[in-house]
Amino acid sequence: MDLDPEDVFKDDEDDEDSEFFQLRDSTKEFVVYLIDASPKMFTATCPGADGENETHFHIAVTSVAQALKTHIINNTYNEVAICFFNTKEKRNSQDLSGVFVFDVAEREHLDRPTARLIKEFGCVEESFAKEIGSQYGIVSGSWENSLYNALWVAQALLRKGSTKTAEKRILLLTNEDDPFRNISGIAKADMIRTTLQRAKDAQDLGISIELLPFSRPDEEFKVSIFYADLIGLEGDDLIEYMPSAGQKLEDMKNQLRKRMFAKRIVKRIKFVITNGLSIDLHTYALIRPTAPGAITWLDSVTNRPLKAERSFICADTGALMQGPLKRYQPYKNEDVKFSEEELREIKRVSTGHLRLLGFKPLSCLKDYHNLKPSTFVFPSDKEVIGSTCAFVALHRAMIRNQRFALAFYGLSTNPRLVALVAQEEIISDGGQFEPPGMHMIFLPYSDDIRDIEQARTSQLTTKRPAHRATEDHIQKAAALMKRIYLKDFSVCQFSNPALQRHYAVLQALALDEDEMPEIHDETLPDEEGMSRPAVAKAIQEFRTSVYGEDYDEADDKPRESEASKKRKAAAECVAQEYKNYDWEELADSGKLKDLTVVELKYYLAAQKLPLAGKKEVLISRILTHLGK
Amino acid sequence: PIFALIVAVVVHLFINCLIRSPSFSVRQLIYHRADEVGFVLFGTEETDNELTNEVGGYEHVTVLRNMKVVDGDLVDGVQQLPRGTVRGDYLDAIVVGVDMLIKDYKVSFKGRKRICLITNAQCPVKDPDEGTKEDQVSMIAKQMDEKGISFETIVVRGLLSVGADKRTLEENDHLLNLFSIKASAKIVQVQNPCSLMGALRTRHISPVTIFRGELEISLKMKIKVWVYKKTAEEKFPTLKKYSDKAPPTDKFATHDVKVDYEYQSVEDPDKVVPPEQRIKGYRYGPQVVPISSAEWDAVKFKPEKGVKLLGFADASNVRRHYYVKDVNIFIAEPGDTRDTLAVSALARAMKEMNKVAIVRCVWRQGQQNVAVGVLTPNISENDNTADSFYFNTLPFIEDVREFQFPSFSNFPASWQPNDKQQEAADELVKMLDLAPSSKDDVLLPEFTPNPILERFYRFLELKSREADAAVPPLDGTLRRITEPDPELVAKNKYVLDKFRSSFEVKVNPKLKKSTQRVMEDNKAGGSDEEDGLLDAPPEALAVRSSDDTHVDEIGDSNPVQDFEAMISRRDSPDWIGKAIQKMKNKISGLLLSRPYQEINNSTALDCLEALRKGCIMEQEPKQYNDFLRECIDENKLGDHNIFSRFYRDLASKGLTLISKTEAPDSEVPEDEARRFLLKEPKEE
Repeated sequence: MDLDPEDVFKDDEDDEDSEFFQLRDSTKEFVVYLIDASPKMFTATCPGADGENETHFHIAVTSVAQALKTHIINNTYNEVAICFFNTKEKRNSQDLSGVFVFDVAEREHLDRPTARLIKEFGCVEESFAKEIGSQYGIVSGSWENSLYNALWVAQALLRKGSTKTAEKRILLLTNEDDPFRNISGIAKADMIRTTLQRAKDAQDLGISIELLPFSRPDEEFKVSIFYADLIGLEGDDLIEYMPSAGQKLEDMKNQLRKRMFAKRIVKRIKFVITNGLSIDLHTYALIRPTAPGAITWLDSVTNRPLKAERSFICADTGALMQGPLKRYQPYKNEDVKFSEEELREIKRVSTGHLRLLGFKPLSCLKDYHNLKPSTFVFPSDKEVIGSTCAFVALHRAMIRNQRFALAFYGLSTNPRLVALVAQEEIISDGGQFEPPGMHMIFLPYSDDIRDIEQARTSQLTTKRPAHRATEDHIQKAAALMKRIYLKDFSVCQFSNPALQRHYAVLQALALDEDEMPEIHDETLPDEEGMSRPAVAKAIQEFRTSVYGEDYDEADDKPRESEASKKRKAAAECVAQEYKNYDWEELADSGKLKDLTVVELKYYLAAQKLPLAGKKEVLISRILTHLGK
Repeated sequence: PIFALIVAVVVHLFINCLIRSPSFSVRQLIYHRADEVGFVLFGTEETDNELTNEVGGYEHVTVLRNMKVVDGDLVDGVQQLPRGTVRGDYLDAIVVGVDMLIKDYKVSFKGRKRICLITNAQCPVKDPDEGTKEDQVSMIAKQMDEKGISFETIVVRGLLSVGADKRTLEENDHLLNLFSIKASAKIVQVQNPCSLMGALRTRHISPVTIFRGELEISLKMKIKVWVYKKTAEEKFPTLKKYSDKAPPTDKFATHDVKVDYEYQSVEDPDKVVPPEQRIKGYRYGPQVVPISSAEWDAVKFKPEKGVKLLGFADASNVRRHYYVKDVNIFIAEPGDTRDTLAVSALARAMKEMNKVAIVRCVWRQGQQNVAVGVLTPNISENDNTADSFYFNTLPFIEDVREFQFPSFSNFPASWQPNDKQQEAADELVKMLDLAPSSKDDVLLPEFTPNPILERFYRFLELKSREADAAVPPLDGTLRRITEPDPELVAKNKYVLDKFRSSFEVKVNPKLKKSTQRVMEDNKAGGSDEEDGLLDAPPEALAVRSSDDTHVDEIGDSNPVQDFEAMISRRDSPDWIGKAIQKMKNKISGLLLSRPYQEINNSTALDCLEALRKGCIMEQEPKQYNDFLRECIDENKLGDHNIFSRFYRDLASKGLTLISKTEAPDSEVPEDEARRFLLKEPKEE
């Protein structure tokens, strides 16, 4: 990890926060894409996005390319291999015919995707016929079986690592529902048997095989002919397979770039309910703002990574300081010094447990009692038997009585009062929408709450009752609310436009793409919807009710605030002062150093350069800007 | 920024806590050094104030400290607060305070003037010579309002007022409330010393807007609003680093520490790169892509400043735990009554219909991200204060991790509470009540001080007197925040005992010792090694022992089975080596952990036997033979009796070296293997 000076300057307290926000990548996934390259993939087509027919092969390749682009951002430690089968040329470690492992330099066959892989794979179609070639691998009279070979190669690629730490998958993309249609008799039965056995062997090793079939408009892919046995489909699954497979392919192409995290326990905590009764809880971070990827500083000349070395130097003697430094606080004309140990001791106000203090009605938890994202807690019987039972009982009782638990969470660096709010499980569309458990909400102390309302009121010159909306105003507002109603609003329905933009730009720059992608900002209001007559009318009525008929748009010009007036005046003053100096001349004659810092800043401010730094820094900035 | 503190000295208990807690004055000294503070006491035996001298009356009111800039005396002054003896009249005291502020500061004075009254409001106010008590209050309030004095009352109630005259209390509450109608006044009630400390906010951060502009309902309608921070975490103060390198004789030493950064190439630490030559790199797969700030700026997301309404949603669709940051408050721009009306109308309609507003916010021009958040109504209870909205930031899709958890209904019956247990839990939740009434909300965040900061400022004061002082333990007042209230616990002893006896909770005996120790120390969270173990959801743990193919650890309960399962795993050739190594560790652990006791003895021998069998099967005789020799060598040094017993046990089980006949790879001939355990090595 490289040190970013801005990070280092942060207060000690932030260390705990960074732990709090710590992100870890999910357990790895190893994926082998097995793409059928038989002639049928090139002849069969289906309508593409822009109405023109596209070959199945094209769709397969673009979907995989898209999946790779998502992979590299979402799960950067996942490893992938791309493998064509039914090819003329062969390239694989077992030297099996009809199978071609696509790869680029500086990469093992099964490895993390690189920009180069994505780039070259993006244009694989151009050179495909020449370099790889398409050819049926299963023909009558020959004992070759390209599907069998492909599975074997994939399995060999996935030999790496254990299934404990990585999920292993084979994704098979084909439009041939009957791969052995050209074979007959005993040979066919034999091939089917050996191929199925090969698939089963792979599955026994913990490798899952998924099928992404392509149908032609006139001919549906029949899973039941062969592949149902291969991937182990039965009954209802078989019937529902085809529609869901189409969806899967769509998902693969349109997946949102979103870094994935494995379910991971952040902390194991002891919840002391009363003296002599403690249960064991695990905490999970379900909601944490995602920051764009971490920065690594590079040398701009060589593009090689840099690391920051920090040293502490005594300002009086210039000596290098070692070890934990003492700290001080100026107080009553002296410096009161503290050792690291003393500061730690001050912060240690409890044993690190979560201590129950009591219960309050949910209405006591105000909207402004919040500081940072909540943490989810779930019981565990692993260490302390009986934890779950007690937790479930409390959980139910809290929901029934509409109460939350107030507890003290004695973290070693930033202990806080927390509200434990019980959440019932919510299932919707067959998925778990809200998991059952409790959410720990970090409460502010009086030191953290500002009484803005009071401060605002006391600034008013004379006391008079504040204006309250009348019944008519409220009714008009209510009518408006019914019109601009977000039915079924769900809290996280927007993707972060800044983050999506960041990923898209990073991808474009990494892959040398020519065009900067446009990202759709989902967070903008629906202006079309707002201008629908009924909505516009409701808004109009509310506006008239509150602001009156004569409310003039022109009157609505933002009045210039005091602060901005001041700012403008200051800027003008700087511009004037700036003209009083001959900067070129001063720079050339080395007289900049004779100016005061205030004078130097006239230049910087006028040129809109940063004003921070010591005098030497300012001078060098001016010189750089003047091109000296 | 000046401020007169008026204290009723009869509130002994609370004054004691103020004396013990100098943090109030300490913070005043650190953060508001320009403030001027005076102290007026009432209920004192003596009388000492200017008004008495000038016009008479105003007895039992003592000016302890005239208005002056805060200094060390302030701390001492608070610590010397005398004990009051007579009934005091708070109105007299207020008049003395107002008089001080008016006399000392001319009309042209720009600072803020505050009066803070701390009283239990138990003593009745004297009847005025003319008019009613209400008239008198109105007059004082009017005077305050005209002179721009804000007024805050902290009424101390709780156990102290148990014996008080109820009518007096009601009258005083009524009179004090009158102030908030006529003047800029606030009255709060606290129940205990801890809340008093919380209520007595000393660090006054003057509110600064983070946004002034329009709340866009649509293109056609905009409401002018100002946005402030409602909550912001007050961090532990950042202390400067101290250098003691300067000789003690150097009187001008700054004792400062400079922090220096040097950027070195990772490959070649001798190569130092100047800061300007650095460029930010972003990870893309295994690669790092260098992107200059200029390049980024050209393509970055740059939304327009503004706050736009997206729509209204049902309040129930926005759950409380989705709030991700500190909270802002939206107030209509002061001045235009119509904006105030619009905010008020929306807030009240939202409250009535149980709706919230979803808004998209870009606070500053040039900000590189947007915030989507929720506005909830804040309906004012005070007539002088306008209605407003609270704003909470909501997460984006990217910020939410969809982890699955087992349904409670799928838990085994032993994890489901029975009726008796549920009843005990219900009673606990109802009875261990921290908010029996809306006025009695214990540990309300608004009145709960941060115990760490309190402790720090107290310690700072202590250390300024005694440099070697140790950090004192948390006192009783602050322990009301970190521990349950003993009174509440005593009151609910029956409920708590019932809950405790209803649930049987014990440490899992099957747990590895190391893990147990972690539990006892409660060093929660932890190393990667633990995480691997803990990551599995509970239901997976239940099946793990029966699923042999996935054993990857040799546990305590069935080491032999674990080993056999592990060594026969075929998903990777590495398992054989791993299994053998882990088994060796296990055996060494068993032999070393306690001096060869009976229990471990047989387990260790069983393990050794299994290891021997495994090594023969997997053609790894050397691994076993070397290990056995090591074991014997190591144990030779221990107690001779125990060692010879171990030796005999080995022999009786036939756990000698693996011979060539058993495994072709072995270098040990059969007769040597047979002889190996026959002759007990002599003690050296």
